[in-house]
Amino acid sequence: MVADKTLKFRVTDAVIVAILFVVAFSCFLPLWYTLCLSLSAKASAAAGLVGLWPVGFNVVSYGQIMGDLKFFQAFWNSVVRVVLGTSISVVLTVMAAYPLSKGPREFPLGRPLMWILVFTMLFNGGLVPWYMTIRSYGLINNMWALVLGSSLGGFNVILVVNFIRNLPKELEEAAVVDGAGPWYTLVRIVVPVSVPVIATITLLTAVYHWNEFFQGLVLMSKSSNYPLQTYIQQMVMVIGSANLTEDQYKKLNEMSNQTLNAAKIFIAMIPVLLVYPFLQRYFINGITLGSVKE
Amino acid sequence: MKKKNLTTSYLMMLLPGYVWLFLFSIVPMIGFTFAFQAFVPGHGFFGSPWVGFDNFRYLFSLNDARSIFFNTVYISVFKIAGGVLVPLVFALLLNEIRVGLFKKWVQTIVYLPHFLSWVILGGIMLDVFSISGPVNRIVESLGGTKTAFFARADLFPTIAILSDVWKEFGFNAVIYLAALTGISPSLYESAAIDGAGRWQQLWRITLPSIATTAVLLTVLGLGNVLNAGFDQIFNLYNPLTYSTGDIIDTWVYRSGLLNLQFGLATAAGLLKSVMGFALITISYWLARRFANYRIF
Repeated sequence: MVADKTLKFRVTDAVIVAILFVVAFSCFLPLWYTLCLSLSAKASAAAGLVGLWPVGFNVVSYGQIMGDLKFFQAFWNSVVRVVLGTSISVVLTVMAAYPLSKGPREFPLGRPLMWILVFTMLFNGGLVPWYMTIRSYGLINNMWALVLGSSLGGFNVILVVNFIRNLPKELEEAAVVDGAGPWYTLVRIVVPVSVPVIATITLLTAVYHWNEFFQGLVLMSKSSNYPLQTYIQQMVMVIGSANLTEDQYKKLNEMSNQTLNAAKIFIAMIPVLLVYPFLQRYFINGITLGSVKE
Repeated sequence: MKKKNLTTSYLMMLLPGYVWLFLFSIVPMIGFTFAFQAFVPGHGFFGSPWVGFDNFRYLFSLNDARSIFFNTVYISVFKIAGGVLVPLVFALLLNEIRVGLFKKWVQTIVYLPHFLSWVILGGIMLDVFSISGPVNRIVESLGGTKTAFFARADLFPTIAILSDVWKEFGFNAVIYLAALTGISPSLYESAAIDGAGRWQQLWRITLPSIATTAVLLTVLGLGNVLNAGFDQIFNLYNPLTYSTGDIIDTWVYRSGLLNLQFGLATAAGLLKSVMGFALITISYWLARRFANYRIF
């Protein structure tokens, strides 16, 4: 846009900047408030005195969590799930994406196999059949159910397939001329140049595994097997009976240990905040998945 | 290397992924037969008697069915509208800003909620909207009376829609921002020479250039209209807000896995899957036809 520096132009600019300030703060303040709440005295929190700064600053809540074995167990379950689940998923995804990126001449089966994958993205059997299937495999209360629960996402495979298809053909041709087989080409040629897309799916899968709570809730019946998000979900949410009344709700609401819950929520956020700078760098790749192709 | 060997290697590479796909995605599809059975505990998949369309008939006779379908579509449609328009306005505002550092700062902050789970954000919302929470204090200081927001069925859809738009607007804006960078600066230059002001440039150049993107996002969103957002609703609702907040997915969860009405829940899930499949296929077809959009 060509700038003209009239007064009207500058006033408009100031208004836009002000709006963007407010919008950005709206995304930041709830998280900040949670941190302040977790560092405040229990009584001040219950009395509704906490605003944008901790009232009666203390770290009692964090101390309590340090002594909470269940919290640590859940945290550890989540770490195991993220590490194993992400590694397995990334390896399977890249191994599947490479042959699927081949044209119909080189690999005629590629197209039908791709359509099977797309079909599984668009259609599913529903919750009950899925649950029954996992149960029939004997994976209820087994950590492997969570680790393996979502290993091959169609979205991720397509992301990698598109990336590999856009690599220069000469790269692989040169390797083939030198006598390299498909495995060697994949591991030594394709993977090293596909680092950006592999980083993207690694980060997205890791965040998915960290954030996922529902499989943990449904497939793990022992609370010692819960991943962290499921543990927090069970702690924080108001779970009332079917004939809950508004007054009962208010009482439940007042009874909850706000500062402790806030501390748990904040700790669960930290890993995402830590990888956030990397996420930001790579997730744009993820978004351009379904780009308009000429 | 011979072509046959090549194909064998490719199939070996695909094997682990497709074995997983078969076990965790295809096998559960076969379980749709539950929808046509009266599940007897202990008899399993094949032992339970067949009852034809009884589960579906019972489903349609329930008072719940209507309100759940309505809630799902209502919440979903407003989420789509908000999810297309709010990021659009936000991207346009951001596009007007020349200061790189400020722009970057804003973007860094607004993408963050997208990466946090609804468990976390739901917990935060319960605090922010609690009776002694900041929202109620603001309401009170403005002369209003305190409300238990999450105990009010009349407010639930609005809270769900607005919080979803809030969580995703930054992330959704990325697509618009990408489209905006694609507009040639020479268009604006020649428009300015012809005397077009800021508004005229916005209406005549910027908006027409990203209208396709907005339409595309709407079409793709409508393909998902039966997904009103399980994770969010599940973490925000409670029995007091079932009447306006219960959606197909939460209902299937409760009736299937909590009340163990397997046949009924599978029937509802199957209906949703089939309708969803049709909708999403149509939306992709439209997107491909009119915007040349392809996923691979």
